[in-house]
Amino acid sequence: MSRLQDRISAARAEGRAALIAYLPVGYPDVPGSIEAMVAAVEGGADVVEVGVPYSDPGMDGPTIQQAVDVAVRAGIGLRDVFGAVRAVAAAGAVPVVMSYWNPIERYGVDRFADDLAAAGGAGAITPDLIPDEAAPWLAATDRTGLDRVFLVAPSSTDARLASTVAACRGFVYAASTMGVTGTRATVGDAAERLVTRTRQVTRLPVCVGLGVSDGDQAAEVGAFADGVIVGSAYVRTLLDGRGPDGVRALSADLAAGVRRVGART
Amino acid sequence: MTALHPPAPGVRDLPARPEWPDATGHFGPYGGRFVPEALIAALDELTEAYEAMRLDPAFLAEFDRLQRDYTGRPSALTDVPRFAEHCGGARVLLKREDLNHTGSHKINNVLGQALLTQRIGKSRVIAETGAGQHGVATATAAALMGLSCTIYMGEEDTRRQALNVARMRLLGAEVIPVTTGSRTLKDAINEAFRDWVTNVATTNYVFGTVAGPHPFPAMVRDFQRVIGDEAREQVLERCGRLPDVVLACVGGGSNAIGIFTAFVPDAAVRLVGLEAGGDGVQTGRHAASITGGDPGVLHGARSYLLQDENGQTIESHSISAGLDYPGVGPEHSYLHDLGRAEYRPVTDEQAMEAFALLCRTEGIIPAIESAHALAGAMQVGRELAEQGGSQPLLLVNLSGRGDKDVETASAWFGLGDHTAPTDADDRAVEAGRGADPGPGLDTDQQPTEGAVSNDDAVAGPDAGQQA
Ligand SMILES: Cc1ncc(COP(=O)(O)O)c(C=O)c1O
Repeated sequence: MSRLQDRISAARAEGRAALIAYLPVGYPDVPGSIEAMVAAVEGGADVVEVGVPYSDPGMDGPTIQQAVDVAVRAGIGLRDVFGAVRAVAAAGAVPVVMSYWNPIERYGVDRFADDLAAAGGAGAITPDLIPDEAAPWLAATDRTGLDRVFLVAPSSTDARLASTVAACRGFVYAASTMGVTGTRATVGDAAERLVTRTRQVTRLPVCVGLGVSDGDQAAEVGAFADGVIVGSAYVRTLLDGRGPDGVRALSADLAAGVRRVGART
Repeated sequence: MTALHPPAPGVRDLPARPEWPDATGHFGPYGGRFVPEALIAALDELTEAYEAMRLDPAFLAEFDRLQRDYTGRPSALTDVPRFAEHCGGARVLLKREDLNHTGSHKINNVLGQALLTQRIGKSRVIAETGAGQHGVATATAAALMGLSCTIYMGEEDTRRQALNVARMRLLGAEVIPVTTGSRTLKDAINEAFRDWVTNVATTNYVFGTVAGPHPFPAMVRDFQRVIGDEAREQVLERCGRLPDVVLACVGGGSNAIGIFTAFVPDAAVRLVGLEAGGDGVQTGRHAASITGGDPGVLHGARSYLLQDENGQTIESHSISAGLDYPGVGPEHSYLHDLGRAEYRPVTDEQAMEAFALLCRTEGIIPAIESAHALAGAMQVGRELAEQGGSQPLLLVNLSGRGDKDVETASAWFGLGDHTAPTDADDRAVEAGRGADPGPGLDTDQQPTEGAVSNDDAVAGPDAGQQA
């Protein structure tokens, strides 16, 4: 059974969307990033995306790249991630690793799956891996029972939506706007259309990422998505020096946002 | 004779394509698509449009016409006997891509992709550039076809290749210096992909080399293979036989694939790719992805790349901005693993020695990128001479001209710059050391090992031999 799906379904049973927080390991340093993740959980995050630093994060905007560059330069890599996974699990949220593909391939796909499962991770989100290229990862996650989350986008054709969600386990990641990560003033309705289209081909939870920065937007997205994914706003909090307290406060605002929606079906 | 004497528009036989990549862009274990889902639709659209276009007589006619009347194809094949004296006595032929409009092979690919952009109804092109040659070529094609154009270029490279920045701006392109990461080509590619993900509805990404996600490696190869198709016929016509060795520099690998492809089925022809060895592969400061790297995923494809134990891309180093890239196209990785092509590093110093030699022996100022291929010819020619046998025939792809590199080369060779005397000069005169004597006459010039020095302004036949 999928731990991500269970947790998101539990939120749904409360009539709300789940709050999914992204933070990269290694910014400002490894202990500091773990503290921030724990604070995000204390503030109300249901799931934490534990980010693996990568030198060429093509999917991310300047905010995340700025933080991740620091971690990369400090030599932080995949092996430093499992401690954060354990800490998030101990704090009571579901940890899922978010990694570009090369760090995983370099570490060894099977070794990564084994070590992640042993650390209590639920699975991984792989933003630059499409199911078409994922044979070794599909095998490793089948063997270990880990969740695997692939992305869908507004430009995905119906056929691709169907084949991508068929490969997902845990939830489906709907990249809400065309573009890279980064906080935006408006969420836009491309996200809602994408969620509607995705729901037509899967019963998995559909979570929306890319663009949410505060409780009001979280409420807006939570009205139509099963989970609200927030990354750049958390990272911005750390970049601005507001530390774990700032992260906890942001989580609380966002967690209130996803609860503002009221009854959902 | 198709390549030398373009036939009536559109009625030509397409040369046989290699049996790779497969339908999803894999060259054995390499290539493929490692990109966010948001780009898949655009890549599919490009693939489909390209597959239709490459067989369309109207496109082929237009492409032929542009290559002939705009680029100036076929490019010349030049015997370089005075340079060849430094290549162990081999006969050396240069394929003169430096004579193309805009000064390098990059225009071959860009004209094809610009026509494709028009065909899919997009009005804006973006591109990455390292040396600036691909950026200039893209800006040129955009001007020609009325497309709006944005070029991403690492800040470090905008400094090294300032002339090309000015050229792009004159041609009406917006040049955005990239300040993330190592501020070179790799980071320019990241930024261009980000732009593309965001603006994919209106924008086409004109990728500059045979790397990146499918269909770029195959499509760019098809547009560049004209180099080898022409050269193979030209060599046969002039020499009555095939070359023994074909050499080209390898950054992402487009000029090398361009000249190799026609010769891949000729099993007796050695294919040698010269990677940028920077300070030497053993120093770790280089850009030799195949010689000094391992397979991994970068910029949308699996291929050899420079990476650390965490899978982070390692910053590359080369005097040549166009080769200063930690990855390489997947077809090269495949040709390497198959043993069909060899890849070797050439250091900055070896490349600059060859650069100077070609200038002084043949009156051709090469791009520093291409000078790596020339250095390879010097090495391979000498190795073959040691083995004895009949005079070898070497075909070298002179991928570009060196106008853009004049400042870098002047600094390397310690040639004075063109500025008026400075306060420092005045102080030097007062101190009795003499002022900067100006271009070519710098008393402090550091002779490169084996290269032509100021005392020896006209190269003797021995120039370069001491190395
Ligand atoms: C003249 C010249 N040669 C070679 C290269 C390297 O690219 P590629 O390996 O794709 O031919 C460049 C790139 O800028 C170039 O300008």
